[in-house]
Amino acid sequence: MDVLTLDFMVRAMLAAVFTGLAAPVVGTYLVQRRLALMGDGLGHVAVTGVALGLLTGASPTWTAVAVAVVGACVIEVIRERGQAGGDVALALLFYGGIAGGVLITGMAGQSAARLQEFLFGSITTISVDDVWVTMVLAASVIVIGIGLGPQLFAVAQDQEFARVSGLNVRALNLLLAVLAAVTVTVAMRTVGLLLVSALMIIPVATAQQITRSFRTTLFAAMGIGLFASWGGLLLAAWTSYRIEGVSPGPTIVVLALVMFALTWPLGAWLRRRRRRHAPFDELPALAHQTIDEHPHRHGDGCGHRAIQHGDHVDYVHDGHRHAPHGNHYDEH
Amino acid sequence: MNDHTPVIRITNGTVPIDGRPVLRHIELTVAAGEFVALMGANGSGKSTLVRTMTGLRPVSAGSVELFGTQLDRFKDWHRLGFVPQRPAAGGGVPTSVWEVVAAGRLSQRRPFVPMSKRDRQLIREALEVVGLADRARDGIATLSGGQQQRVLTARALASQPELILLDEPTAGVDLPNQQALADALQVLKERNVTVVLVAHELGAMQPLVDRAVVMRDGQIAYDGPPLADHEVHGPLFGSGHSHHHGDPDDLLTPLVASPIDNTLEADLS
Repeated sequence: MDVLTLDFMVRAMLAAVFTGLAAPVVGTYLVQRRLALMGDGLGHVAVTGVALGLLTGASPTWTAVAVAVVGACVIEVIRERGQAGGDVALALLFYGGIAGGVLITGMAGQSAARLQEFLFGSITTISVDDVWVTMVLAASVIVIGIGLGPQLFAVAQDQEFARVSGLNVRALNLLLAVLAAVTVTVAMRTVGLLLVSALMIIPVATAQQITRSFRTTLFAAMGIGLFASWGGLLLAAWTSYRIEGVSPGPTIVVLALVMFALTWPLGAWLRRRRRRHAPFDELPALAHQTIDEHPHRHGDGCGHRAIQHGDHVDYVHDGHRHAPHGNHYDEH
Repeated sequence: MNDHTPVIRITNGTVPIDGRPVLRHIELTVAAGEFVALMGANGSGKSTLVRTMTGLRPVSAGSVELFGTQLDRFKDWHRLGFVPQRPAAGGGVPTSVWEVVAAGRLSQRRPFVPMSKRDRQLIREALEVVGLADRARDGIATLSGGQQQRVLTARALASQPELILLDEPTAGVDLPNQQALADALQVLKERNVTVVLVAHELGAMQPLVDRAVVMRDGQIAYDGPPLADHEVHGPLFGSGHSHHHGDPDDLLTPLVASPIDNTLEADLS
């Protein structure tokens, strides 16, 4: 596969690896706070930032970072202030972001195709400078997201307790908003602004099908993000030899969704299994119901599920719970 | 700090919520090692008062001191353990019991520094005190409401606080779980930890309480030896009328419901 050694492909792979690792870190905290759609909102706001870059001739990456950070702080202030109408205010901000972006791009005399690069990603045309920016920003997001993990987790989990622990809750909230804004612009080149949130959220949704703790969810999501974004890029490169017009951005997101679709039944099965195998409460039976005649002896591998019940084992049998007692069975 | 500095001192505390004065003229001093039950009807301000002690509700007038330091200058947050009212609804990501309790160590941990052996040991001890050490690896969502309440208590214990504030830990909790919580608080009491407990009814906590403070309509209506549950809900502390021209000192002396009060109430209504 000599295509992998082509300069543009090396750059694309570096960008994909760093984005794939960084996006789920922020995504985990957003999902924990039930702000899964915040990434989408920031993506919309960043469109205006890109357009400002196109208009002024400045680097669209940096103008997008600046506008997304401002947008994130505004969203955070709105969220902190108002409970009622907060979601409407956010929606207004999103519409404003995308409308402003399209309007300013037109004013700048740029074609829709130029804007489309940012809306849906164009990882294979990424410049050397942009790769450096992507790597540095993504690495900072990962270092802060994991290094300040306990603090960010505490604020996301229980804001009031965090405050009584002496944490600066407002600063940490703003920090997370800024991290989200930076991640959005970092992932902009990989999957595009309209699909940014997918790379932040889908790996987390996939990971939590099987995980039981926050930390394992975070690291599993990073692994899934890495696999989806690198794998999606290679898949798109490989497919594009055979099918015209396969672009990496949507391929990455579709691959992530496929991983979720495959994990979901596994998660559902694990949850069901855990519930069915949980021990019964250690309460004495209400009445002593005996059944004398029993066609077979329960034991290991008898085909009936054995579940711990206090100091003995119950066998689930046609919706009853049988417990061996001397030479007969009790119904529990 | 010497032993005689009160753990909590609120002087002429006034607390507004959205501009409406909810707590008025609060004078309360809690000494080290006391076990205080903060009681009263719904909406009487008992939860607001305990939140005022944590700084979550700032006073608009008067002052709050913890361990002899004004609350706005207070930095030793590890000396204070707070158990909020409801088990946190829980976020969207699976979280283990151990992780929730580990958050209790944050008041003493530095950013970017990994957890120490001592941190881990204190987390384990806190879980042992509430009797949930065997559930450490389980998801918090798989526990019952009463067990989740005990996890939140363990989280507050993880910083080894000298003062612990519990906001209605027994509301909606069954008797065995209340008893488990009472056993944990008994351990704290023996360690001379100061406890302020908000409760509608004392239930299993009854034998631990040294002092009862009863709130009524944002003011302290009674402060003295423990009362039985039914006395707290008598006509004096219910949502009845207040005697505007009474001697304010009367409010601080133990009151006993008498037939005279009932007749008075009947006359006025």
